[in-house]
Amino acid sequence: MTSPLPPAPAPPLTHYRPHRWLQKNLFNSWLNGLITIVLGGVLLWAGIGFLRWAIGAADWRVIPANLPLYFVGRYPADQYWRLWLMLAIIGALSGLSWGVLAQRAIRLFTVPVLAGLSLGAIGIILIPTPPLYRLFALAIALISAISAWGGRQGARQFPPLSRWLSLLWAVTFVMSFWLIRGGLGLKVVSTNDWGGLLLTLIMSLASILLCFPLGVLLALGRQSPLPVVRGLSIAYIELVRGVPLISILFMGQVMIPLFLPEGVRPDRVVRAILGLTLFSAAYLAENVRGGLQAVPRGQLEAANALGLNAPLTVGLIVLPQAIKISIPAIVGQFIGLFQDTTLLSIVGLLELLGISRAILANPEFLGKYGETYLFIGVIYWGFCYAMSIGSRRLEKHLNTGQR
Amino acid sequence: MSSTPDTPTPIWRDDRFWKAVFQIAVLAGVIGLLSVFFSNLNDNLNRTGLQFSFDFLAKSASFSIGETPIPYSPSDSYQKAIVVGVINTLRVVLVGFVLTTVLGIFAGVVSFSDNWLLCKLSLLYVEVVRNTPLLLQLMFWYFPIFLSLPPPQTPVQWPGPIFLSKTGIYVPWPTITPMFWLWLLALIGVVIAAIALWQWRRSRQVERAESGLPQLVGLIILGIIALGMVTIAFNWQAPQVSRPGQFEGGLRLSLEYTALLVGLVVYTGAFIAEIVRAGIQAVSRGQWEAARSLGLSSGQVMRLVVFPQALRVIIPPLNSQYMNLAKNSSLALAIGYPDLFSVASTSLNQTGRPLEMFIILMSIYLTLNLIISLVMNQLNRMVQVKER
Repeated sequence: MTSPLPPAPAPPLTHYRPHRWLQKNLFNSWLNGLITIVLGGVLLWAGIGFLRWAIGAADWRVIPANLPLYFVGRYPADQYWRLWLMLAIIGALSGLSWGVLAQRAIRLFTVPVLAGLSLGAIGIILIPTPPLYRLFALAIALISAISAWGGRQGARQFPPLSRWLSLLWAVTFVMSFWLIRGGLGLKVVSTNDWGGLLLTLIMSLASILLCFPLGVLLALGRQSPLPVVRGLSIAYIELVRGVPLISILFMGQVMIPLFLPEGVRPDRVVRAILGLTLFSAAYLAENVRGGLQAVPRGQLEAANALGLNAPLTVGLIVLPQAIKISIPAIVGQFIGLFQDTTLLSIVGLLELLGISRAILANPEFLGKYGETYLFIGVIYWGFCYAMSIGSRRLEKHLNTGQR
Repeated sequence: MSSTPDTPTPIWRDDRFWKAVFQIAVLAGVIGLLSVFFSNLNDNLNRTGLQFSFDFLAKSASFSIGETPIPYSPSDSYQKAIVVGVINTLRVVLVGFVLTTVLGIFAGVVSFSDNWLLCKLSLLYVEVVRNTPLLLQLMFWYFPIFLSLPPPQTPVQWPGPIFLSKTGIYVPWPTITPMFWLWLLALIGVVIAAIALWQWRRSRQVERAESGLPQLVGLIILGIIALGMVTIAFNWQAPQVSRPGQFEGGLRLSLEYTALLVGLVVYTGAFIAEIVRAGIQAVSRGQWEAARSLGLSSGQVMRLVVFPQALRVIIPPLNSQYMNLAKNSSLALAIGYPDLFSVASTSLNQTGRPLEMFIILMSIYLTLNLIISLVMNQLNRMVQVKER
């Protein structure tokens, strides 16, 4: 049944003949042969059943007919240019960052990268949207590629560029918010009109950024030698971790207005973000605490020997190392948070899953559950898978000095 | 920095003073924030004219619940409705624990299989399930799959007497009579005897190098007795089609219950599979090699040497997965299974008492998670290395 050894690094690829490969990997014992045949049969049956459904019974019109809804909800169509502009800026900046990070790479556009880019381009061309949109998307992809090359050249000529990147990202963040919401000379789009994937991304990003300060403070509080601070932190963390997220989101929608003075009613989206933030902060605190416990004691003693006081020791010596250690756990938590935004469809927000349910309630698309859920499932999967791949890369990249 | 002995340290130079000040400031801040919240809450509640009290629990609930494991009617009190919800949650969670553990361990162990197809399938399962939201998966199980089952007149029949149709899923089930409970007690007795015999056989084999044959014969006899009890004495009833669209006997599982159970088990199973995989990889290579050199087959190596050691790494993170399953069962609301959370939210909407309802809800979930933690910590203590 099981191999005698845990997977070792793969041996160099020798040229197998197909039947030898089959014999080695699928039929090396009568039991394995039986498993292969049974599994293969089941897979074949399921695959044929699915194909028959997908090509025959399924009615895919629900997807192209509602694409704008899936991506941006009820965002006014005459303001789409703002979102395209935002995408272009983010694309350019992502390309630039990648170029700067890969400045020591011998070749920027290696074969896998080129393959990925061309696959992306083919995908863009095939998506059934108005031709103009496809052109825009292609242009954005091109801009990212160009700015990646530019970023690499720029970083070589002008090393401080890498330090400006975080500032650029902060500016972009504020600008994106302004572009989405409007105001200051642009038409205001109220949060009720935000929806679909756009809302999912806004809420998960905002919650991630907001839960960081609170989560780190709670983690420090839980490790603190001061009994009052420690007690309060533990109480908060355990209370939040012990209850379902959906109850916290319900509370956010029902209770937050009750806790505030009369007449103060924050927006539904703001309340949702608050609920998600308060929830994720407790989980983030636990992840950061894991990192804090992994920082060797010697670091703290060395900092004390240098005469740093407690806040400086924590801020300059302990925290940076702790956060670096807990990055994989934190990314895992962010993937969870991104998925958890779906729960907001239960409390009536129209994010990606909520808008899908709204579309399914439309008499024209009644009962197209399978098609719709498969489509948005692929979108969610793509984002989460990309995050987990990125986290593995980052882990390798940062794996310095941890032996 | 140091002060001469004859001048006392000024108070702003004293570390202890600042620690005390900081704690008092934190406490004052938290208390201040909470008091602002609660005074607002008080004002808001006074305006609605509701006083904080749990008296409403005794009032009649006047809503019906889809699945009632204990007798319940809309004229019963809110208290009883909540109890029904708790039982419904436990029905999913406890069955879910068993199934998800089996699935997770199976998928985790299989990812080390030398059968290419099996191993890749396990990886595919984990990657797909972990990277899509649970709520979407639940909807996917319920709406396109379970709801598209055929009407009860033409049910799908699985191998054996299992029928799937729009009205529910019918599986064979023992007839519940007083005799059944007696037999169940007897079966538990047989199992305990078998475990004791197994331990005894082990100790004889290890300490006296006996073959353990007499005990093995005893074990086989016990096994036959247990098998006979389960198959014959439990008096299994298979669902029968009495009239077209009508089923007699057996047990009916509602579509909502099955969809929720399948969704939770499949989702949590993927996470458990990853934990099991990491645990097996944490066992050092030397253990595999040593066990192989003693002449154990690869299956035996996994069962006797590697897996027991992997358990030490596996059990602590399992605790949080079980807690997640318990908490995630609250998503039942989205597919209409009347669990604790959906009963509570219905009550909340009817009574307009969010605060009291949330206090009840949270205390029940916290208690559930506390019990899970205690049991798992006990288990953890059993498998950890006993160092001399």
